[in-house]
Amino acid sequence: MKKIALEVNGKKVTKEISDHTTLSGLLRDILNLTGTHIGCDTSQCGACVVHVDGKSIKSCTALAADLDGSKVTTIEGLASNGKLHPMQEAFKKMHGLQCGFCTPGMVMSAVDLLKNKKNPTDQEIRDWLEGNICRCTGYHNIVAAVKEAASKM
Amino acid sequence: MASLVGSRVERKEDKRFLTGKGRYTSDINIANQTYAIFIRSPHARAKIKKIDTSKALKSSGVVDILTGEHIAQDKIGGLIAGWAIRSEDGSEMKCPANPPLAKDSVNFVGDPVAVVFAETLDEARAAAELVKVDYKVLKAVSNLGEAMNSEAIHDGIDKNLCYDWLLGDRQKVKEAFDKADKIIKLDINNNRLIPNAMEPRACVIDYNTASEEITCYTTSQNPHLSRLIMSAFGGVAPENKLRVVAPDVGGGFGSKINLYNEEIVCSWASKKIERPIKWVAERTESFLTDTHGRDHITHAELAVTNDGKFLGFKNETIANLGAYARVFGTVTPTYLFGPCATGVYIMPAAYSNVKAVYTNTAPVDAYRGAGRPEATYTIERIVDKAAMELGIDPIEIRMKNFPTEFPFKQTLVHQIDSGDYVAGLNKAKEMADYDGFAARKKESESKGKLRGIGVTSYFEACGIAPSPVVMMLGCGVGLWESAEVRFNPTGQVTVYTGSHSHGQSHQTTFAQIAADELGVPIENIDVVHGDTDKGTFGMGTYGSRSLTVGGIAIVNACKKIVNKGKKIAAKMLEASPDEVDFKNGEFVVAKSNKKKTIGEVAFASYLPGVRDEVKSPLPEGEEPGLIESSFFDPANFSFPAGSHICEVEIDPETGHVKLDKYTAVDDFGTIVNPLIVEGQVHGGLAQGIGQALYENAQYDDSGQLITASYMDYTMPRADDLPDFNLGFTCTKATTNPLGVKGCGEAGTIAATPTVMNAVINALDGKEISLPATAEKVWKACKEMKKSNAKAA
Repeated sequence: MKKIALEVNGKKVTKEISDHTTLSGLLRDILNLTGTHIGCDTSQCGACVVHVDGKSIKSCTALAADLDGSKVTTIEGLASNGKLHPMQEAFKKMHGLQCGFCTPGMVMSAVDLLKNKKNPTDQEIRDWLEGNICRCTGYHNIVAAVKEAASKM
Repeated sequence: MASLVGSRVERKEDKRFLTGKGRYTSDINIANQTYAIFIRSPHARAKIKKIDTSKALKSSGVVDILTGEHIAQDKIGGLIAGWAIRSEDGSEMKCPANPPLAKDSVNFVGDPVAVVFAETLDEARAAAELVKVDYKVLKAVSNLGEAMNSEAIHDGIDKNLCYDWLLGDRQKVKEAFDKADKIIKLDINNNRLIPNAMEPRACVIDYNTASEEITCYTTSQNPHLSRLIMSAFGGVAPENKLRVVAPDVGGGFGSKINLYNEEIVCSWASKKIERPIKWVAERTESFLTDTHGRDHITHAELAVTNDGKFLGFKNETIANLGAYARVFGTVTPTYLFGPCATGVYIMPAAYSNVKAVYTNTAPVDAYRGAGRPEATYTIERIVDKAAMELGIDPIEIRMKNFPTEFPFKQTLVHQIDSGDYVAGLNKAKEMADYDGFAARKKESESKGKLRGIGVTSYFEACGIAPSPVVMMLGCGVGLWESAEVRFNPTGQVTVYTGSHSHGQSHQTTFAQIAADELGVPIENIDVVHGDTDKGTFGMGTYGSRSLTVGGIAIVNACKKIVNKGKKIAAKMLEASPDEVDFKNGEFVVAKSNKKKTIGEVAFASYLPGVRDEVKSPLPEGEEPGLIESSFFDPANFSFPAGSHICEVEIDPETGHVKLDKYTAVDDFGTIVNPLIVEGQVHGGLAQGIGQALYENAQYDDSGQLITASYMDYTMPRADDLPDFNLGFTCTKATTNPLGVKGCGEAGTIAATPTVMNAVINALDGKEISLPATAEKVWKACKEMKKSNAKAA
């Protein structure tokens, strides 16, 4: 067991956790932030992507014990004061989601992309999202949503 | 008020999904819950000699361990096939028992034999490691082509044959073939796929010891049907003591139609151990035990004249059922396949002969398109081959054989009510710049690349429903759909539907329909689905049926509301009901300015006399309230159709197939929400393209699934796919009041042959099996190079 202190979506959190608790496990099972999803357990599907210290990572294979002192942002922390983030708005406008299961990870990855690249090309968007699998949309509207968000941010 | 049907309304469900507030089954936790881990067979085929749970039962945190013996003692029934298919000789199909936990034998890797319940997931996992199962391993039957010549897997099922089915007329086909100038022959596989909804299956069970009611939260496309099967066939609990809730469900694609072992076992066990239970599949469990799709071997022949007229078609197909026959397992390769195998053409004679066989692999059932992708692949590949062998352009040969008059009696089963196949193909041809292909091919060649173009024209039969028809074909139930529309006294509306959305956007499209019918703002309409305690019994969502069947039930229920509202309004307005018109949410007395809104009428229907304009507005004999329901059973299936064209560029040095352009023109009749329909097409295309280029479920000779993770099973990713170029034509369906046709599966149905026709076109007609992986394409390119060199 290890005691860790982090900031999750702007709130200070102190928890005692087992050494093998993953970040996704901490978020979902201990903090009840179930917006972060588990689609594969093997870092392949990207449904679990969150930001740690501003960078997108796959939370299903990050050990929470390693993240003492980190700042974590999940999909629940993206909107501010009830106003959707431009990426969330764009996904809604362009119908970039259907069943919604891959969406939290997809949105968090896309937000990180725009931090790295303000106006990415279609190919750059597709390359960046290569680690996020969506079975519903065929990615067409996801790419359109990221471009829409880029134009608004 | 402007009509919402036809508008790009943004989705009502999006906000919760985009803010992490969706509520999927695995998000649900119940106080005091135990965690379930299933112990599964590591062997494809074995006898269970003994299960020793003694050590595991003493492990920390274990609450109980149950096996097939316990299931049998409690007489809990198993999983069932939903459709009875007869063989050509009239004999009934043969189905093995499929107990929820195997007691005597296991028949595929992943077949569950026992389950551990423990206080924590870690403890359940640790205890599961201690359960000792003693197997006598038998030789697995894992090769589809050899299954009929292998040892019988199930007692009493000779040759592993479930049925040997025929649709069509062998004699007529023989006569047609005798007259032909040429017979085109084609041997193809239809590769096995794993649906891979992004949300792994899960169930959370809550047993209420006071009311003795079991609540099963589950990842299902049709909770009502799951409850029916669990109750009537499983004997888990009577329906009134069993509530099944499918909350937000993260994709289905057919794999969540079936009720599964885990739902039965956990529901039954929750009552037994008097504790809530949570079970969530790991991805590899999903790979191993979700129903798979496709998996056919087909020999097809097309009889043609020299000028490209089709005279007859036949196919002999072996279809893999996997280890057991499940709900749509037996109908998918028969009535969902055979009728569509003659394609979108006038085909004077045809038959489909399908032998469905058992193998030691996961059960095969409906996967997006279910039978129609296999059928369309067969006909569209052989039509292309005919065009090539006859030296006719692929578009020209298709145009030559299209029906142009509707209704069109299709060769084998269907009476197609409406369509315009010529318009669709012409539009696709124009949008894809078909005529510019030669120039683009030249340009590719100048860079050392190969370029190919592929065409597919399809129709499909969906909106699976008409009860007399499906029951005649062998379905165990009629497949109508239900709806209930309830006004609150203060004017908001709740629409209950028996169908279920797991990505299809019912909360939006169904609200659009109700808003138009009732003249109520869409913000004031909620759509409720997925809970057997809320709303009427329904048949669920699959076969592109939600809108064409469930949506029409909503329309009909709304019409009943308006009818009743008219009578109440007439009384309020001191007019006769005949004089009252309903438009844009208002009841208006003809040739006057006297009117009442539907909200005022709803209020008066519940609270007559509260507002003082009319003391007692309810007409005599009319009950209070404004709630109506409808069960809609359509006269026929719906028949979307269209033409797709794609271009690929192949690098012969690597075998990499670049999907360069994809154009899809579809006819879905009236489109309720273009934004959503386009999304359905995009997603469908991705799955069809996945089958053509990437996805392949592979078992080895011992029956081990060697593609049981995302490292081994290639899912299409963002950088594998292009932007899609979509177009629509519209001929309204005549079999429902909205004129709508199903749109959910069309993309998947058309994309696989379109892409493969393009790949094979690029390879100068060289056949290649599904999927056209870089390795196979590279080999084909090398062989082409060799034979070209020889020829030179």
